[in-house]
Amino acid sequence: MLEERIGEWRAYVRRRQAIHPVDVEELEDHLRNQVKALGEAGLADDEAFLIAVKRMGDLDSLSREFAREYSERLWKQLVVSPGASEPSSDANREAMVAVGLAIAASAAIKLPELFGLSIRGADADTSFYARNFSLFMLPLLAGYFAWKRSLDRVGRYWLAVPFVAAALVVNILPFERGGHTEVLAALHLPIALWLAVGFAYARGHWRDHDRRMDFVRFSGEWFIYYALIAFGGGVLTVFTLFIFNAIGFDVEWFLESWLLPCGVVGAVLISAWLVEAKQSVIENMAPVLTRLFTPLFTVLLLVFLVTVIWTGSGIHVERAVLIGFDLLLVLVLGLLLYSISARDPQAPPGAFDALQLLLVICALVVDALALWAIAARISEFGFSPNKVAALGENLVLLVNLGWSAVVYVRFLTARASFASLERWQTAYLPVYAVWAWVVVVFFPILFDYR
Amino acid sequence: MNISKDLVAASATPLVLAILSEGESYGYAILKRVGDLSGGELQWTDGMLYPVLHRLERNGYVEANWGKSEAGRRRKYYRLTKEGLECLASQQRQWQVVDSTLRGIWFTALDPAPQGT
Repeated sequence: MLEERIGEWRAYVRRRQAIHPVDVEELEDHLRNQVKALGEAGLADDEAFLIAVKRMGDLDSLSREFAREYSERLWKQLVVSPGASEPSSDANREAMVAVGLAIAASAAIKLPELFGLSIRGADADTSFYARNFSLFMLPLLAGYFAWKRSLDRVGRYWLAVPFVAAALVVNILPFERGGHTEVLAALHLPIALWLAVGFAYARGHWRDHDRRMDFVRFSGEWFIYYALIAFGGGVLTVFTLFIFNAIGFDVEWFLESWLLPCGVVGAVLISAWLVEAKQSVIENMAPVLTRLFTPLFTVLLLVFLVTVIWTGSGIHVERAVLIGFDLLLVLVLGLLLYSISARDPQAPPGAFDALQLLLVICALVVDALALWAIAARISEFGFSPNKVAALGENLVLLVNLGWSAVVYVRFLTARASFASLERWQTAYLPVYAVWAWVVVVFFPILFDYR
Repeated sequence: MNISKDLVAASATPLVLAILSEGESYGYAILKRVGDLSGGELQWTDGMLYPVLHRLERNGYVEANWGKSEAGRRRKYYRLTKEGLECLASQQRQWQVVDSTLRGIWFTALDPAPQGT
């Protein structure tokens, strides 16, 4: 009873940004002492608890006092160091593991050079690096989560399967160098393996819908961190070039064969660790971005549709255009997914939900136009790996968005709960994995490795 | 008697430092000592002690480490440092000046009758 109430109190105090968990622990020790002393003076547990909490003082002014003492805390939230007074060594150990894995990934991408596979210059083996790109860091990322979540032994064996299979497929199949199927495999393998990372992230409980949603959230935050790190890396690169050029040194070789490849793979692990370490802090970044961009993209698509109808111009089907429309759908799906992930499932339908539905419908109409164009193109020129891949992707996303729209309408008309929309999204995740694996494994065989 | 907020705040630093000069201690025990010393007259809002302790720690007047309580829970103990001792001495001098000044004026202000014979 008392423990329960202290637990509630602790959870309540923890929500204050300015009061760190270690401080909460200290305050809790105080509270317990006070309760004990009052108990010894003859008060019942719950009375003692109430008085002890009251004596602790008003939580608002207390957290204001803490904030004044630690004004940097509200900012420090964004930096990783948990503060010098943090007594736990877990955080440190985890940082070491993450940095170690990032270095391992950098070593992994440099290793093939010892065997004569150059990463840069005229004799660069770009097709080897493109095919194997995700294998340099995603196994390590999966390993990080297997370690962090203490995945059991059977789970670890299962986890190894997709990575071993991927390594075999991309290196044994006789891809035509620079051929379409090779490019497609290189593009789809990261997606396929990313969902394998999700298996480790969910500690093997990949069927659990909540875990899947957590992984979706993780992916979004990871992407944001990665983009931030990439931006910082870009600034670093520019300055490196600039200052060494100023003294007449050519450092391009260093940037291209060391900084860039090592940074690109290392940042994957560092971002993942940052998301894990700072989970509670920037958790809300992806939803904020969705709120900001959902209206803008809706307007964009509406204007586009009006333009198409007004001028009657069709879509020019080229490879870039196909990819562009697929990406557009991915983006709309992302906007949908992240607003779902942050929404309170209990809340009644609101204006934003209607806007979201409008966005989905616009995307569906735009996509129908694109699909029609692709189909026309296929019937004219026949199948090619690129067109089939684009078509498949399009269908996969179309089915998702189409059914999402249906569920959304049902939700807005109060015939379904919001949870059913969330469930539909998480239930659909394996479809992406299946399609990505199909493109990686079967497309080369189907299209004769062209 | 209610002691004003400002006075409580001003006396917090010397009081905490002085209590810690008796030896290592922790939050709850410090507050209890304050209560005992003042005969219960000086009442703090319990929680407010901690930001004060943390400020002293940041300024290097006290150092903290995590130990164990009798019940085996983690507890943060505070100890006075050399700088803390110096600070305490300087605070002491300041308060003595305030104290003797006030004492000087109390006689004439509150007790107009001539003292002694």
